[in-house]
Amino acid sequence: MNFDDTPAQARFRAEARAWLDANAPHELADDIKGAVYGSFALKSVDIIAASKAWAKKKADAGWACLSWPKDYGGRGATPIERVIWQQEEGIFNFLNTLFVVGHGMCAPTLIAHASETDRRLLLPRMAAGEDVWCQLFSEPAAGSDLAGLRTKATRHADHWIINGQKIWTSFAQYADYGIILTRTDPTVPKHQGLTMFYVNMRSPGIEVRPIRQANGMSSFNEVFFTDVQIPDTQRLGAAGNGWNVSLTTLMNERLSIGGTISTGFEWLFDFCCRFDTGDGLAVEDPAIRSRLANWAVMASGLKYTGFRAISALSRGETPGPENSIGKLVAGAMSQQIASFAMELQGQAGILADPALTPDAAHAQFMMLRAPASRLEGGTDEILRNIIAERVLGLPPDIRIDKTIPFNQLPAASA
Amino acid sequence: MHFEFSDDQKALGEAARRYLEAKCSPDAVRAQMERSVPYDRTLWQGLAEMGYAGIAVPEEYGGLGLGYLELCVVSEELGRVLAPVPFSSVLLASELLLEAGTPAQKSAWLPRLVRGEAIGTLAVAERHGALSPQSIRLSAAGCRLNGVKIAVPDGLAADFAIVAARTGDAANAIALFFVDLRGDGVARTAAATIDPSRGHANLTLKNTPAEPLGPPGAGWRLIETILDRAAVLTAFEQTGGADRALESARDYALARYAFGRPIGAFQAIKHMLADMYVAATLARSNAYYGAWALATGAPELPQAAAAARLSATSAFQLCAKNNIQTHGGMGFTWAFDCHLFYRRSALLALNLGAAPYWENRLITQMRARQPAAMGVAA
Repeated sequence: MNFDDTPAQARFRAEARAWLDANAPHELADDIKGAVYGSFALKSVDIIAASKAWAKKKADAGWACLSWPKDYGGRGATPIERVIWQQEEGIFNFLNTLFVVGHGMCAPTLIAHASETDRRLLLPRMAAGEDVWCQLFSEPAAGSDLAGLRTKATRHADHWIINGQKIWTSFAQYADYGIILTRTDPTVPKHQGLTMFYVNMRSPGIEVRPIRQANGMSSFNEVFFTDVQIPDTQRLGAAGNGWNVSLTTLMNERLSIGGTISTGFEWLFDFCCRFDTGDGLAVEDPAIRSRLANWAVMASGLKYTGFRAISALSRGETPGPENSIGKLVAGAMSQQIASFAMELQGQAGILADPALTPDAAHAQFMMLRAPASRLEGGTDEILRNIIAERVLGLPPDIRIDKTIPFNQLPAASA
Repeated sequence: MHFEFSDDQKALGEAARRYLEAKCSPDAVRAQMERSVPYDRTLWQGLAEMGYAGIAVPEEYGGLGLGYLELCVVSEELGRVLAPVPFSSVLLASELLLEAGTPAQKSAWLPRLVRGEAIGTLAVAERHGALSPQSIRLSAAGCRLNGVKIAVPDGLAADFAIVAARTGDAANAIALFFVDLRGDGVARTAAATIDPSRGHANLTLKNTPAEPLGPPGAGWRLIETILDRAAVLTAFEQTGGADRALESARDYALARYAFGRPIGAFQAIKHMLADMYVAATLARSNAYYGAWALATGAPELPQAAAAARLSATSAFQLCAKNNIQTHGGMGFTWAFDCHLFYRRSALLALNLGAAPYWENRLITQMRARQPAAMGVAA
């Protein structure tokens, strides 16, 4: 049992580190560390330009999208090399935020279902940050029940016409392309009438509107489609097979191994080591220590669960289901930790002015953002269902919607 | 990165599992609760014959001479079946003898412990309340001890105890002594506990002859050192128990029908079981961290041991109590196995010091390792 690299992994790490030492945008490091919690902005530079520049620099040197085939702009690296790269890239991972959806979800879908011509055309541009991609799945009436989506695609000779609305689309305002899941046949049961496409986000008839979120920020969008034309050549998978295609997208969570989902604990512990409650340092109070200890073991449990998954990758195995617990644990923890840190601040804990509040109101902004962490990318309830059904083997819910044609399903009245 | 057990270590665990599943059924554990003998002698003798009583004891004393990782995988298997044997007591005694015993003490007792011919234990607690040097009142005058020890694991069956005693008024004036429990000045009675499948005793020592174990004044440091090791191994025992309780709940949720379907199809049950899985997974990962620190002698051991201990304790307790909840009324019968896990989870939560001791140790260690506080922004 050890945390050591194999000789080959150590050589790879040294090579990655040397390149990063020479090429990473170190001048942005302090700016990244000081970014306001939950915001996608930097003080000194335009984050979009900085993100694209970093992606381009990596792609030119062969350090972009490491696990993709070289022909598509990647490096053909092993999964463990991708994890090592991510560890070494460290805080500069922040500059990958704009591309996470494209690289992590759209690309695997294209690799599995797009034509070879499209793959060679689109993927290298995506890898180099020249194109930003978004994922157009959720709808106002189709969240956890994604297969209940209503955005309609109608076939017309060599193209399709799209009408409907998507929501919770990250970075749609910067996106050049998106993958979109549509309903092409409402007369068959819901999972059988779906079709996936990729769409040029500059197409006429697409309107992107930022959502003003509950925390006052706007990192998600609504996207409206009005008679948008998509050539049939941009269909991904067969008509009616969109559900299975979307599963390719969603199954790629395996690739997220090695990533860190923030629990907020590292910050909280550091905060408690310097914050004076008026009765001494927070970390010296027995009641606070007890709370800290409980979160500490959850944070370390997640960290070492990740290391177990990396070990499986290192052996060339597929990591087990234990990795599915990450977001479930981290989301709830960040919410509890934020409230706790505010509690320590007493009545002044209500202040959310970064200039007047400890750590630029880190706790306050974390509290306001936390509900989204428990919803996005699978709600806590869906994640528990997944663990119960796929890991523990418990039976699925009794469904009344799997065999009835979609257009005959009961729905809330409009 | 190889943050897992080796194939050989896994094979050792599998062999232990096969043996224990054959020899230590839940019925055997339940029967042990109602027997007057303090542990399952046949099972312990069988385990000793397979070498499990001395896995990490050097071969010169008759042990297998393997490492702590091998000890971890076997601990997990003993935890799965709630083995009613003095494994943990013998382990503590062996570790203390190896750490601080004289050559004569080691050669006299280690081979007998390893063969299952003798049992040793550690006696620390004297009263209700937190584990601390201040709580030790049993006094040592020269090599004579006077005082009481309560809730001593395997105290009735043990041939000897390593006893924490006060040698002076200073808070940390604590020393360890080797006491032959079969000798003069020892009165012991069986203690009624929440888990009668593991025997405990209350001891009264009156002018009892004892031999020092380790240097004077080093007693509490030795106790802390040994408890760190035991915490990691117990975390594996607890992780094994948590897994087994979760499996039991899962199996019952699949087999029991209500309202026309298996109860495991209800989200209330599913989500409860998912939370048990989360806790058990975190516990296993923390236990691996502890195992790594223990096996490599890393300076992080106190921190890793505390994390393993706290995580495994809460996971086993959660899984054990929710296993009963999943079983409904049947889970509250003597005949079902649920209470065996519930009792053991409560016992293991306390017998190396309760959560506050380990929470405090964890935070103290983390703080010592924390780089100078930086803050996110000025």
